[in-house]
Formats: sequence, C-alpha cells, structure tokens
Amino acid sequence: MSQTPLLKISNLHVRLEDDPAVEILRGIDLTIMPGEVHSIMGPNGSGKSTLAQVLAGKDDYEITEGSIEFNGEDLDDLGPDERANAGIFLAFQYPVEIPGVSAMQFLKAAVNAKRVFEGKDELNAGALLKHFRAKADQIYVPFEMLKRNVNEGFSGGEKKRFEIFQMAVLDSVLGILDESDSGLDIDALKIVSEGVNSMRDGHRAFLLITHYQRLLDYIVPDQVHVLVKGRIVKSGGKELAMELEENGYAPFGVNEPATV
Amino acid sequence: MTMQSTVEIEAMPEQPQWARELRESARARFDKIGYPSTADERWRFTNVDAITRIEWAADGPTSDDINLDPFQIPDLDAALAVFIDGQLRADLSDLSGLGEGVVCEPLIEALSRTGVADRLGAQSATLTDGFTALNDASFGSGLYIEVQEGFAAHRPIHVLSLATSGDTPIAAHPRNLIVAGKNARVQVIEHYNAVSDEIVNLNNAVTEVFADEDAFVEHYLLERESERGYNISTLFIRQGARSVVHSHTVLLGGAIVRNNVVPTLAGEKAHCLINGLYVAHNEQHLDNQMRVRHAAPNCESRQYYKGIMNDKSRGVFTGRIIVDKAGQGTDAIQTNRNMLLSDDARVNARPQLEIYADDVKCTHGATTGRVDDEAVFYFRSRGLSEEVARAMLIYAFAAEGFDRMQLAPVRRLLAAEMIAKLPRAEGLSIEV
Repeated sequence: MSQTPLLKISNLHVRLEDDPAVEILRGIDLTIMPGEVHSIMGPNGSGKSTLAQVLAGKDDYEITEGSIEFNGEDLDDLGPDERANAGIFLAFQYPVEIPGVSAMQFLKAAVNAKRVFEGKDELNAGALLKHFRAKADQIYVPFEMLKRNVNEGFSGGEKKRFEIFQMAVLDSVLGILDESDSGLDIDALKIVSEGVNSMRDGHRAFLLITHYQRLLDYIVPDQVHVLVKGRIVKSGGKELAMELEENGYAPFGVNEPATV
Repeated sequence: MTMQSTVEIEAMPEQPQWARELRESARARFDKIGYPSTADERWRFTNVDAITRIEWAADGPTSDDINLDPFQIPDLDAALAVFIDGQLRADLSDLSGLGEGVVCEPLIEALSRTGVADRLGAQSATLTDGFTALNDASFGSGLYIEVQEGFAAHRPIHVLSLATSGDTPIAAHPRNLIVAGKNARVQVIEHYNAVSDEIVNLNNAVTEVFADEDAFVEHYLLERESERGYNISTLFIRQGARSVVHSHTVLLGGAIVRNNVVPTLAGEKAHCLINGLYVAHNEQHLDNQMRVRHAAPNCESRQYYKGIMNDKSRGVFTGRIIVDKAGQGTDAIQTNRNMLLSDDARVNARPQLEIYADDVKCTHGATTGRVDDEAVFYFRSRGLSEEVARAMLIYAFAAEGFDRMQLAPVRRLLAAEMIAKLPRAEGLSIEV
C-alpha cells in the first residue's frame, strides 16, 4: 500500500495578487514523503521564497493553476493559522521583530491555539514551561531568550535559532526553512543544523530553501531540486548540490555561484 | 454653558482675600476670552460647541447608594478620596495611612496653610485658556496634597471622581494642588469615571504640581468616563532642581476629551517623563496638548504619546517643546505614534519646537500607521487567528507605555481595559 505524501504540489502556477502580469511560479511539481528532507536551490529571483510563502498561506499571491495537498488534503481554503495548526511551519528568512510581546507570551498563545485546534485542553503555565525547557535543551536555545520580546534585538543567528525552536515547540511535521542559512557564520549554521537534525525522526519532513550548497553539508537532503525562473529544471540526489557548488547556476542560464 | 456651573463667589464667606481675588480675576479673564474656538490655534482640531451647548448644573440629586467596587484599582493599596459629581464624600473616602509629613485634605480647607496662597493659581493663571480660567474662577472641590521635605507618602493617593447623575448634566471643576517638598515622594492617581455609559457630565479639572529640589512625583490621569461625558484636564507641573516627575495619561472614555500637560523645568537637571496613551473608538475625540518648557540648564524631558484610533474616532496630539535662553544643555525627546484601525479614524499630530538656547539636543517625531501586515502574517503562521494576532500586535504597540508606570496594579488594570476595548480581542490573554 502506498503512503500518502506529506506534501504534494502539482503543476502550481502563482502570480502576484497586486500585479497579475507577473507569474512567479510556472508549473511546480514536488512530492515530499514523511521523513524526507528536500532542498530547493535556486538563484536570486527564481521564486524560492515565493514558494515558501505560498505554502504558508500568504495572501499576497494568487494560485492560478494547480494544487497543494498536505497529508492528502487540499490547502487552498486554509488560512496561514490553520495550516500552522495542521503542522506546517515556515521558518522565516527575515523573522519579524515584535517589541511589546515576550517570546514566552507569544509561544504560550501559539501552543494553546494549536491545542484548541486539535480539540485538546489548553496547557497550564507549568506544563508549558516544562515543554519549553525541554525544547530549549533540544535546540540549544538559552531559556533566557524566551523572556525577551519576540526577535527584538536578536542577532541573525539568534533569530534563526528561535525559528527552529518555535518549530520544535509547535511540534510541526513539515518544516519549510526559507534561507535559514543566510547571514549565518559557520558556528551559527551548525547550531541551526543540529537543531533541525535533532527533529529528524522518520516522520517529520523538511523543505530547505537555499541559494547556497553550504547548508546541505550539515543537513543532508534526500533530494535536491533546482528552481530557475519559477520552474524546477533539475532534480537529483545530494550529489546535485555538489554539482552546483562546482559550476554554480551557469548550466541553467544564470551566472551566479552557489557557494558563499 | 451658563455661569451656573461656577461656584458662587459670595457663597464662600470664609475664604481668604487672595482666594477671592484669584476667583474674581479668573472670572474677568473668562468673561473676556470665553470658551475656546477652533480659530484658536491650540484648539484648531477640537470643537467644544457640543460642551458649551449643554445647560450644565453645578450639582444635582446624587445617590447615597453607590457601590465603589467597580471603580477601585484591584490590588492597589492606596488612600482614597471620592468625589461624587464633584462633591467630596468623606464617608466614602479613606485618607489614612499616608504617614508622617503628609497633608492630604480638601483644598478648600487648606487655603490658609503656608505656601498655598503663593502656589494656587501660580501656574494656571499664566495660561490663557477659557477652561482653565473657568476652573480658577470656580475651584471648590479637590485635594491639597503636601509631602514635606524628606518625607514619602506611604501609599499612593487615589482621587476618584465619579459621575452619577443620570438626569441632570453636572459640570464639576476639580482642583488639586500637589506640593512635594525637597526630596519628598508622592504618587497620585486622578481617576475620572462614571456609573453608567449614559451619563452626560463635564469635568473641567486643573491640577498644579510643585516638585521641589530632588522630589519625585508620579501622577496618573485615568480617563474612563462615559462616552457621552466630557473631560478637560490640565496638569501644570513646576519642577525644582534634580526633581523627577512622571506624568502618565490614559484616555479611554469620554466623548470629547482634552488633556493638557504643561510642565516647566525650572531647576537645573530636572527630569520629566510625559507618557500617554489614548485609545478611541466610535466617535470619540481625544485631544492631547503638551507644552514642555525648559527654563533651566541641563534638564531632560521625555514625551512618549501613543494613540490607537478605531471606527470614526479622532485623535489629536500637539507637542510643543520650548527651550528658554536659560535652557542650555537641554535634552528633550518627543515622540507621538499613532495606529489607525479603520479607514474612517483620523489623527492630527503636530510636533513643535521653540528653541532660544544654542546648546540643546531636541528630537521629535510623529508617525501614523496601521497594524503591520508582515507581523500579522508572522503570528498567523504560528497558528494564531487573525483576530488574536491583531489584538496582540495592538497591545504590543501600547505595551511600552504601560511598562513605564511604576504602579503595577494600575498598569494591569489599564492594559486589561485597553484590551477589552479592542475589536474581537476575546481570545487574547496577556500577562502584564
């Protein structure tokens, strides 16, 4: 009996809501099975981040053709919050700073929103703290970070680590990492990668969106896809990332390297 | 408004001569200038015709059966002075527990105390404003609070003015005089509220604060009256050297509210914090006028005012920093930020600088925006509903203003009230 894909994107065409003449994704097909790690690599402007945002339900985009199924269900009618509660997590390329809301407050609200969505009782403060502490240890996040305001004054590395921590706290099953490696030094990259690897359990899947091959040294993908001008032009195993490291995106008509 | 709303001068035989003169000259001033019109630059955005059209009474039938519980500040251990429709109710008040060196009594009984003649009206009479003149001419109710040199009031003083008269619109002219001697400390909460949403009343309040050298005064103005009520509140502050005064204003109620804060930094190295939040919905009109004068060297002033406007409401912020020639080394910051929650809400923000000294650091700025869509998406992508996301972000916008308040119970109450006023915020739980 065949397994249901965790994510199945079929012939996805997307354009900008505000500027319908601009088609950003032009027929994407992608299937991710539970437990798999896929990477989408592409040069600037290829549509990588758009794909991430469309998956998370951002309404700046219009899907003109094709479909996205998550666990066999069409995502079309679900808002970003429902997708999150169903298990999709987008780690932002640029996490938003929110002065005035502590990370703790924010995560308590998020965890309990998901529990309500699942028909469970809300967790009390004690249970939430225990949960946060366990995840902080797992993702190498200092617990003190939770007392600060959401992303406010966080360094680039802290922001990315806090994103991964949120995914662990929310226990999401699909993590979409939108250029989580950008702007990180090697040490920060390692910490983020270890956090991701600690969540790989044969069920949880990841979609790593990146310009650079470097991240894939630390989080080894099952499949690599090259996205150029809104289309996946080549798919392969992790060796494809090596090819890109060597030749950049030149073979795909874009003169950009894939190394930092 | 008719002059019925002023206290009859002849009806107060025991008052000292100076008080009589103060009232008489104020009445002459009022007769000359009258109520402000929108032709007056300082009142350009606030039309008070709705106030002056009403036949106000000075008093009316009040109920003895008043439950104060809903108007207390939970968990706040404070002395309490209760004014019902402008009249002090000693039976409902408790001014005990303030400690040695503290005087807290009805102003009208304190007129012969040392220093009162010199201070009462010393600041208010300098402002050419009809409402202030009317208060000067009418003062009767209100408190005299004095903390003598080196003493600290053991509890904050909660001055609760409650409007209860449903049938007769009552105008009151609360008048407080707060004197903090050298190195003295006091916290005062001026709180305006009404027993129902239907009450039409006017509070035309004036408070004068004198903070001597090294004194600390924290003053709160909480405006929670009915949305059919009117409030004109003016806070004058005169600061001596190294004194620290914090003024917090939170406007939630009222149909038309005008909040004037007029500090003069008159002694070297004085510090003044002017912190405010106005949250309006429906057709509320909330106007804030700051006039900060640096009259001595090396003083600091910090103005942080934020507005949240929904529906067809309107906010006004005018902030003027005046630096006298004597104000060398002034360090003044003024910010006004507004968040509009609807297409019909409006705000007028006017930051103004008037500088006569050459060695000064003054920054000012005003912004008006909406809830950040990127932040809403971020919160929604973590599973929070759009309503909760928006409410959290609006709360977050206001939060830093609450953080500046030293009295946690006041902070908690106001934050909860503000949240309750936000659209569809039922799902929001915030710990303050």
